[in-house]
Amino acid sequence: MINKVVAHADEAVYDIQDNAVLMLGGFGLSGIPENCINALLRKGIKGLTCISNNAGVDDFGIGLLLKTRQVKKMISSYVGENAEFERQLLSGELEVDLIPQGTLAERIRAGGAGIPAFFTPAGYGTEVAEGKEVREFYGKMYLLEHWLRADFALVKAWKGDTTGNLIYRGTSRNFNPMMAAAGKITIAEVEELVPVGELDPNHIHTPGIYVQRIFQGKDYEKRIEQKTITKI
Amino acid sequence: MLDKVGIAKRIAQEVKDGMYINLGIGIPTLVANYIPPSLNVVLQSENGLLGIGPFPTENKVDADLINAGKQTITMMPGSALFSSAESFAMIRGGHVDLTILGAMEVSEQGDISNWKVPGKMVKGMGGAMDLVASAENIIVAMQHCSKDGASKLLKKCTLPITGLNCVKKIVTDLAVLDVLPGGGFKLLERAPGVTVEQIKNATDGKLIIDGDVPEIGI
Repeated sequence: MINKVVAHADEAVYDIQDNAVLMLGGFGLSGIPENCINALLRKGIKGLTCISNNAGVDDFGIGLLLKTRQVKKMISSYVGENAEFERQLLSGELEVDLIPQGTLAERIRAGGAGIPAFFTPAGYGTEVAEGKEVREFYGKMYLLEHWLRADFALVKAWKGDTTGNLIYRGTSRNFNPMMAAAGKITIAEVEELVPVGELDPNHIHTPGIYVQRIFQGKDYEKRIEQKTITKI
Repeated sequence: MLDKVGIAKRIAQEVKDGMYINLGIGIPTLVANYIPPSLNVVLQSENGLLGIGPFPTENKVDADLINAGKQTITMMPGSALFSSAESFAMIRGGHVDLTILGAMEVSEQGDISNWKVPGKMVKGMGGAMDLVASAENIIVAMQHCSKDGASKLLKKCTLPITGLNCVKKIVTDLAVLDVLPGGGFKLLERAPGVTVEQIKNATDGKLIIDGDVPEIGI
């Protein structure tokens, strides 16, 4: 089998340059590529366009890259919970493109699946529709939306094998599978890297064909944004 | 008047056996607490879960299990996990039976505004635009008036629109109302201690009153 293993995050991101377009998996802080984000911080590249559902919090996730001013543009559906983000947005240092979440997910899916554009009802009659083709199908109005693709997709999985097959855990799957397919180069970091043959093919979520590099991540913090418990 | 729990309890009466339901953040999340245990329903979380369970106990907290509000949750037996693309495919495809969400304004045509206040920080629409554009059955939980007393049930929304002609039913602190297909708020029930006159005064859009208006029973 093709071996896609690299030693660590720094090796995985070695050729990401200034002004690259990146996809970063995760919903809130769940399923984000923590190791790759830290490697980008160390690398110090700037002018990044980050396609990610959220923008992290002030001191974790993509919020760390915002603090060091490495991000030029965010393409997201929801960006609350981040004071530094708000400051940069209001001062004009940061560009933001807000997209309905389902449209964002489908644009990424379309990118990976080779569908250049599609019609969706989300955003019809709102400011999201400005400048977009509107068409009626079966008595309902739809907007034309284009695919999203990226130079690099940075995804996080629970388990992966050396040929890039991935399995996610719980709701940390979210945007990771579509992004894995939509990156020209997809870098997967996993909590547990296993030899080929150990993962049950029936249980693979992302087939290895989409993954170019994989490494065993370390020191996962897996921070929780809103710890909510039932008291007994 | 109904408090937030009262609104949630009244909306819970709209839930029917066998429904797949998406609950928004805020009062809609509270509805889950008042669905009768005799009903079998499945709660959808748009970040990729069918079968939201109660919040975990301290020793069951799992960073890989959160709801759309980023709160830690558990899974019910029979749950299913999936990607965000699959999640919105089931929303867009009309497979979710009931969507309950909050609103800043609703118009008599069923338009809803709930994602942006110009001049204030814009956080984004999240999944709200996808939900309102596709759901067949949308119930809104909201306060009838703003803090300064202005009606939020309007002829036309003043805030940026989230979706057009989509709200079917509204439960407020004062009343239960249907949005009629041709436009207008039909008053169905009034909150305990609230008169029809009060609801008239608090409703800016077209209010339709047909016969006696019973009190909400919860």
